Amino acid sequence: MEKSLYKDPGFWAMIALGLVATFGLPVWYGLFEIMQITQYVVLGVFALSLAYIWGFGGILSFGQSAFFGLGGYVFAVAAINMGDTTVPLILSFAIPALFGAGLGYFMFYGRLSDVYLGVVTLVVTLIFWKLINHTAGPEYAIGAARLGGFNGIPSIPILNVPGDADADLMPGAMFQVFMVILMVVYVGLRLINASDFGRVSVSIRENETRASLLGYDVRRHKVVVFALGSGIAGLAGAMWATYQTFIDPNAFSLEMSAKALIWVMAGGVGTLAGPLVAVIALQWLSLKLGEINLINNFVILGTILILLVLVLPKGLLPSLQMWIERLVTMMRRQRDGEQVMRVRPDPALAPRRDDRGASPTPAE
Amino acid sequence: MDFAVIVLLEMLRAVAWLVLLGAGLAIVFGMMRVINIAHGEFLMLGGYTVIMSTKVGVPLWVAILILAPLVVGIFGVIVERLIIRFLYGRILDSLLATWGLSLLMIGGVTMIFGNTNEGVSTPLGSVPVGQYTISLYTIALIVAAVAILAGIYAALKFTRAGLIARSVMQNPGMAQALGVNATFVYMATFGIGAAVTGLAGGLLAPVTGVVPAMGVNFIGQAFITVITGGASVVAGTFSAATALGSVSQAVTFAAGPVYGDAALLFVALILLRILPQGITGRIFTRSV
Repeated sequence: MEKSLYKDPGFWAMIALGLVATFGLPVWYGLFEIMQITQYVVLGVFALSLAYIWGFGGILSFGQSAFFGLGGYVFAVAAINMGDTTVPLILSFAIPALFGAGLGYFMFYGRLSDVYLGVVTLVVTLIFWKLINHTAGPEYAIGAARLGGFNGIPSIPILNVPGDADADLMPGAMFQVFMVILMVVYVGLRLINASDFGRVSVSIRENETRASLLGYDVRRHKVVVFALGSGIAGLAGAMWATYQTFIDPNAFSLEMSAKALIWVMAGGVGTLAGPLVAVIALQWLSLKLGEINLINNFVILGTILILLVLVLPKGLLPSLQMWIERLVTMMRRQRDGEQVMRVRPDPALAPRRDDRGASPTPAE
Repeated sequence: MDFAVIVLLEMLRAVAWLVLLGAGLAIVFGMMRVINIAHGEFLMLGGYTVIMSTKVGVPLWVAILILAPLVVGIFGVIVERLIIRFLYGRILDSLLATWGLSLLMIGGVTMIFGNTNEGVSTPLGSVPVGQYTISLYTIALIVAAVAILAGIYAALKFTRAGLIARSVMQNPGMAQALGVNATFVYMATFGIGAAVTGLAGGLLAPVTGVVPAMGVNFIGQAFITVITGGASVVAGTFSAATALGSVSQAVTFAAGPVYGDAALLFVALILLRILPQGITGRIFTRSV
């Protein structure tokens, strides 16, 4: 395994924070608050799926909600038919991942550019949304589960103890299970990113041509990354479905995809912890603003998105990092500057400049 | 025989529909490489302009042909000044920002006009074709689509402004060195693209009615048409609309509208797998 990961204090801090939250929050908070926090956990998994494929694979997907919705519907249909929820949870990862691989084949082996990729994923989401909205009639049923069109699927089973379909989890236990899933996804993605595979995908993100000239199969790599991200999004969809015991076509909506993009952008592309912070901060904010009920939610989301692009294109966490670094350099420079004032510089130690301009310049 | 005429007309209508949806986007995206996700909301704004102005007594055709392009065009210029001009060359960022704009517009229109479906009756009536009837407005839409494409072609090919616009899109630095105000040209081009979109939205409003979130229904088709078409505005839009429109309409006849939509996406995916640069990336490469 990768040593750099084990030496990263942030990694251990996140795990510690996760463990504290898993066991501490159910003790400190009441049932109602725990139910609300559970929502952040589910959306956190969803945010991680996009944070991974965008931040570490360089794939900007506008259709992350397609997989979220697909996972939710797969879980709903399978769980209603089977009763037990363990296999459906696995299916809700596997089927979106397979679908993601298939779509990825067309997109990456077709060598679509970034822009077209964004649009194709967007359109696939729209098609899903339209198709599922049209399944209102009783003829659209898979086994015992009616798809229900725009009415959605009600009474989806709550997550139960594996093997015992009647032992539904209590909300507190469900929160803990979801926290474990979130941590497994987080740690798994960190491990992948620290592995050879993850390094290659980052190199592809940085420079696709160079990576392929070094002999890496860029297309296959991207398909795998995309499929993994799709599977995680599907898992989040299943968690959403069982958390609400209900799913409707809004899971496929553009709003869902937009939210994921906003979280990742706000938290910082290329980080995993940032988007998780953004989920909590922005969901809480939109909850509070929604309580005021003065401004349309779309107006808030849209304004945030535009401002993020224009003001903080790198996201909150990296921008913060950059500002702190700048501040530190500035202070250091001031201190060094004072020293230079006091001690006269020795001309023999000054960097030599010849007319070919070979002075040391900060290279990229 | 009558049935054949109807089928042919419906095919033409489907093609014209895609041309109307895509033309404004083709100008903004094909020429300026700005992805305007709020394109659907520009259409929506055109539609609302028509519906709301006819409500206060403006004649329908004045509203469609003059007010809708004017209002959306001005709106487009404002958007270009406030948001888009910072994002030239940053395609992905422009994508995200215009998505924000799209959500903002949906929310804003919902707050102002409410989340209700508004409509105006379709003008012109209908004529019988054998045992079927067709709406004359359908034919008006087809004519309008042809006129819009012809207008764009003529403007780009035969006018000085079109020549300058094409030169700026090809090489802004060189055009600027020769004394062209590139900033102004970008602003004007975006405004004209928005105006064409507004006109299309106005034309579609009597058929579809308007509702704040209506853009979502069109954005997919518009983008697929423009991307499949490739870089050239007129030839690309026309060839892609013909290919996709006829296939999706044929499938719609055979299996229903939802499958028609799905078929449209599928054909576009296959086409993009074969021609990643769009149809005019390989064929008709020298056209406008």
